[in-house]
Amino acid sequence: MSTSIGDVVVTGLGATTPLGSDVASTWDALLAGRSGVSRLTDEWARDFPAQLVARLATEPSTQIDRVRARRLDRSQQVAVVAAEEAWRHSGAADAGVDPLRVAVVFGTGIGGALTLLGQDDILEEKGPKRVSPFTIPMLMPNGPAAAVGLAVGAKGGVHAPVSACASGAEAIRWGLDLLRLDRADVVLVGGAEACVHPLPMAGFASMRAMSTRNDEPERASRPFDKARDGFVLGEGAAALVLERGDAARARGARVHARLAGAAGTADGYDLVAPHPEGEGAGRAIAAALRDAGLTAADIGHVNAHATSTPVGDTAEAAAIRDTVGEHALVTATKSQTGHLLGAAGALESVFTILALREQLVPATANLDDPDDDAAVQALDIVRREPRKARLEAAVNDSFGFGGHNIALVFTTA
Amino acid sequence: MSEPANADIQTGLAEILEEVAGVAPADATPEKSFTEDLDVDSLSMVEIATAVEDKFGVAIPDDELANIKTVGDAMDYIQKNRA
Repeated sequence: MSTSIGDVVVTGLGATTPLGSDVASTWDALLAGRSGVSRLTDEWARDFPAQLVARLATEPSTQIDRVRARRLDRSQQVAVVAAEEAWRHSGAADAGVDPLRVAVVFGTGIGGALTLLGQDDILEEKGPKRVSPFTIPMLMPNGPAAAVGLAVGAKGGVHAPVSACASGAEAIRWGLDLLRLDRADVVLVGGAEACVHPLPMAGFASMRAMSTRNDEPERASRPFDKARDGFVLGEGAAALVLERGDAARARGARVHARLAGAAGTADGYDLVAPHPEGEGAGRAIAAALRDAGLTAADIGHVNAHATSTPVGDTAEAAAIRDTVGEHALVTATKSQTGHLLGAAGALESVFTILALREQLVPATANLDDPDDDAAVQALDIVRREPRKARLEAAVNDSFGFGGHNIALVFTTA
Repeated sequence: MSEPANADIQTGLAEILEEVAGVAPADATPEKSFTEDLDVDSLSMVEIATAVEDKFGVAIPDDELANIKTVGDAMDYIQKNRA
């Protein structure tokens, strides 16, 4: 498929995360085993059961112009920061790509929650006339996609998948489809999230979904570990530039990896709880492998969704074991980044691509005592330190409340 | 041109324009059109009107706001309606 329309490659990467202000610093911190998690010191958090968050390493206000920033919700700010890095690194703009053939697909799980809640405070305190005229464009869930589209001058369509914690991965899948259908020549894809605020924190905590290991912030996110007790909310964004391989090579672009296949399924089981055996997740992974024209034996690495919730991790372990098998090196990078919700799939795709490119799988932090669950025990989960390996293909899977399952298959360039 | 009596209005308006729209204070002169010269869009005009009310105690109704095209128009409106 090297010269076909279906040959889609990744030519740009961008990120702003709890581990770093860009891709390079985030990757370095990940390999060094650093944690992005800390305990909230805000007054409001004092009585909260779950007080842990993975805040951005660098405030977006230091990365984008003040006047521009004040019209963007924080979720849009991080989207723009990550997207501009990916766009710059791809060199697409310098190569004279036709803006009419540039599309954007950028997802978010929650959207402009900080704006919605902040402006509601203003409404309550000062009345309707004091509500910002930018409230709606800042809170709308297509806001990050729209802000990114404007930032790079994309005129070939701007789309915003919203599938909770699968949104970032779903954006990548849509990007692949747009290129395969020849609806664009370049697609900037990714996900963004920034909703550290009392209400989302309280809502997730009421679901008993968050870790309450408040006294040990850096040890709290511990996917697949016996003592895991929930996820840690993170904020940030990640972005990828996708284009067809022949066009990328013709313009001399650096190709980081191929996006070989993708698939999505729905559990059809429960609005929130994952299917206990990961049935829908497994179908997504199997379908993505078929889409890529690969078999389970080809997959050397899986960047797992693994959020550190008791039920989610075991369900996913079963899905990976039953579809990919027991040979692949599995890692769960949320152990260090926290859970970036709608940005998670995009960030973990960046990690998957870097693992393929560098032939190095990052370790899962805090995995001291793997769960007794048979599927978890069966997997080869990388821990303690990154592991070198010969990798040709890798899977990144993402799941979201609502029963959304997305699997992506990347191969070496 | 601004008279000494409304010099404070021009200064105050320039501060608002810088905060809301990133206009350099030196560019906030009476003859400048908000949309043509200073790239201030309609939503930013709403924010400017709110800031004017806070700073000068002058509310600008929507039908009046539509007639304010230049920095000078805004200065005149504030001057006339200021208590």
